[in-house]
Amino acid sequence: MITIKGTRDGLTLYIDDTCSFESVIIELEQVLSTKYVDKDEPMITVTIHLGNRYIHKEQEEELREIIRNKKKLVVHSIESNVILKKEALQWKEDSEIKAITRIVRSGQVVEVNGDLLLIGDVNPGGKIVASGNIFVLGSLRGIAHAGVNGNRNAVITASYMKPSQLRIADYISRSPDYESEGVYMECGLIDENKSKIVIDRLQVLSQKRPDLNGFERRILNG
Amino acid sequence: MGDAIVITSGKGGVGKTTTTANLGTALALLEKKVCLIDTDIGLRNLDVVMGLENRIIYDIVDVVQKRCKLKQALIKDKRFDCLYLLPAAQTSDKSEITPEGMIEIIAELKQEYDYILIDCPAGIEQGYKNAVAGADKAIVVVTPEKSSVRDADRIIGLLEKEDVEPPHLIVNRIRNHMVKNGDMLDVDEIIQILSIELLGIVADDDEVIKASNHGEPVAFQPNTRASLAYRNIARRILGESVPLMSLDDDKGMFTKVKKFFGIRS
Ligand SMILES: Nc1ncnc2c1ncn2[C@@H]1O[C@H](COP(=O)(O)OP(=O)(O)OP(=O)(O)O)[C@@H](O)[C@H]1O
Ligand SMILES: [Mg+2]
Repeated sequence: MITIKGTRDGLTLYIDDTCSFESVIIELEQVLSTKYVDKDEPMITVTIHLGNRYIHKEQEEELREIIRNKKKLVVHSIESNVILKKEALQWKEDSEIKAITRIVRSGQVVEVNGDLLLIGDVNPGGKIVASGNIFVLGSLRGIAHAGVNGNRNAVITASYMKPSQLRIADYISRSPDYESEGVYMECGLIDENKSKIVIDRLQVLSQKRPDLNGFERRILNG
Repeated sequence: MGDAIVITSGKGGVGKTTTTANLGTALALLEKKVCLIDTDIGLRNLDVVMGLENRIIYDIVDVVQKRCKLKQALIKDKRFDCLYLLPAAQTSDKSEITPEGMIEIIAELKQEYDYILIDCPAGIEQGYKNAVAGADKAIVVVTPEKSSVRDADRIIGLLEKEDVEPPHLIVNRIRNHMVKNGDMLDVDEIIQILSIELLGIVADDDEVIKASNHGEPVAFQPNTRASLAYRNIARRILGESVPLMSLDDDKGMFTKVKKFFGIRS
């Protein structure tokens, strides 16, 4: 039922997905206690492949508990080919681009899961918020908050950028106190070295955020 | 059936009452039957600007509370037989008027008048809600200041939720030399942010203040700049396409005005 492969990176357990969970637990106890108890070795990471089996949180905790109780073993990840429909829908929503055509006026807030493509302006006093990236096809004069759930790789782009504030994840930057002209076709992103939000030409994104490309990134990030 | 147009701004003191009085006068000059409604309960002004204060017996609260008939509360203008005013109450509280009450009054007035112009109080609370309740159309008045533009934007956003057509804009109190020096927003910048159609521009003009103080809207005068501006706006409201007067020789941007409100059937 359980196939074990050892590599330099640790152990990989392949668990057959047709047998009952109880029997998996029993067998897991056995294989782990018989085989891997060498006291001199360093910590070994364990990756579990569940195949097409879905397990609940409690079951996952049970698996982790068994492995944690063996000396020298730590769980690296538990992987399954299947997820709940609900999670899948959430996943889809979080990775979609939401296109919205309107003007976000003073006092209004537009909030989306995933990326936001706003075709229109954000006026002073208006605010747009997304868990993913923000692309404004129009003038950004209000507040934009990308990666609101903590994604520091999120970016904010606009055709015309003169925001009162840019926020990405937990970073905030504001407009200068002196009167300034806005900029055209630029983007805001976090520069980890300077640990602040910087504004740069759109063209730098292909270098600095290559995973903006295509749909694969969503699957990978998932 | 007449058209009910609310004149609003968000910010106070930008010229709602002045605009209402002058557009009413200018429309009356064009022989339209017009009724002005002052909804600024407790701070009524429109009667003073129209010079009709001494004629008030009943007011809009009396009508809503059914203490008198609508007809009894309407005051005929001194200068025009086709222009009437429904005054606000000076002593009562905003809460004595409801959106339902306004809708009822306006529906009745629409039977008889071509235009009902509703002077809205400043702010976005109950008074505003009452004022827009019965309106079909809206005019937003803005002055060339950031704070005024910001509040106008807020109001435009709120109007989107109401059952009114997309609002049109009047830029009031433009001062040319300040615009030129960059000390004042220019009309282009304002339109760019608000993204609504421009109905007209009124210069800052001492005559406006003088005329208001004499209880005779400036639009009644034949030839001042402000008067012409209001008369042109009135013609645009009727559906004529009137080019914008240039405020000086620079005709740069004055091509943006489109026909207002379409042709009336
Ligand atoms: N174009 C203009 N030129 C000069 N003065 C003006 C002009 N328009 C309005 N005013 C003056 O500005 C002042 C405020 O105008 P008004 O009372 O019409 O504003 P309002 O928006 O109705 O104010 P409130 O919010 O208090 O009701 C008045 O003294 C008026 O005479
Ligand atoms: Mg007023």
